[in-house]
Amino acid sequence: MIRSEIIKSLIPVISDHFVVCNIGLPSQELHMMDDQSTNFYMLGTMGLSSSIGLGVALAQKQTVISIDGDGSVLTNLGTLPTIANNVTDNFILLIIDNGSYGSTGDQPTYAGQKTSLTAVALACGCENVIECQAEEAAEVMQKAIDSKKMTIIVCKSESGNIPVPVITMDPVIIRHRFMTELTKRNT
Amino acid sequence: MSIDVNERIVSDFVKNKIELVTTVPCKQLATTIEKIDENKDIYHIPSNKEDEGMGICAGAFMGGKRSAIIMQNTAIGVTINTLATLTQYYRIPLPMLISYRGELGEPVACQVEMALHTKALLKQMNIPTYHFHNESDVEELDKILQYTFMCNKPVAILTDATFWKGY
Repeated sequence: MIRSEIIKSLIPVISDHFVVCNIGLPSQELHMMDDQSTNFYMLGTMGLSSSIGLGVALAQKQTVISIDGDGSVLTNLGTLPTIANNVTDNFILLIIDNGSYGSTGDQPTYAGQKTSLTAVALACGCENVIECQAEEAAEVMQKAIDSKKMTIIVCKSESGNIPVPVITMDPVIIRHRFMTELTKRNT
Repeated sequence: MSIDVNERIVSDFVKNKIELVTTVPCKQLATTIEKIDENKDIYHIPSNKEDEGMGICAGAFMGGKRSAIIMQNTAIGVTINTLATLTQYYRIPLPMLISYRGELGEPVACQVEMALHTKALLKQMNIPTYHFHNESDVEELDKILQYTFMCNKPVAILTDATFWKGY
């Protein structure tokens, strides 16, 4: 399974939750398959999906899922110690680890070679770290949501992309509808 | 009587409903960071890099909490892309309390190199910039914070060695 297939399999599980989605193809795929106000699409700033998601989770009560990639986590590796040391049980970080920089042409990442992001997350002090295969993503995600414990999921998958349109929605609209829905659910 | 600058900064943050502050340390800001950490109304979350911190602040704002970042001016070099494509692009308010290293009184020559670029970079980014040089300049902080949350922009507050009365 490639990333777009993982995202497709996750939709029934995450559709009702707040999702902060990584820049490039992951956001474009989610936008194409299940666009809604609970999705925050990153249009720039590679690496910050986990940081933005952590910030949203720390500030309010709803469950927040950050969809990230191995390349983006490597870009912002300092995020894992910060997450580990600021536990907020409404936060789930899903790292789709396909061992490549998908949005830029599938160049290999170190996570597909000697580096294990699962081991890195554990070494950083993250407590609930689950490594799974692409086919198990939806089930593992559902369990993580139900556990109400901060969880890091490292989902191993094949690399590869499908053609998707770019997101043309204005960033302020993306943010505004996300915030409006979040406020509504919290009141 | 001299103003307690650190107390003033923290109380103005609280007055402006800033509930989450991320910091990347600078020697000059050590006491400020300590006071932030001690304050019960503020959640202090140290970051490993300033762009990471801006991501956390953006998330906190979307989650309904006002946030701020405390960092050194060298961080302007680190965060240009994040400021442009996250903070400014999505119109997120972000007070940035910045130690302005490399100004008069600076003992470390290398700090001068980024000091020379600091205001030029902020100007290029169209970031409203305030420079605290005299101790009494802190009296403007409350209004600067109000201004930041009024206009939904990142705003820089540079604090130099003269303001902090040396190192």
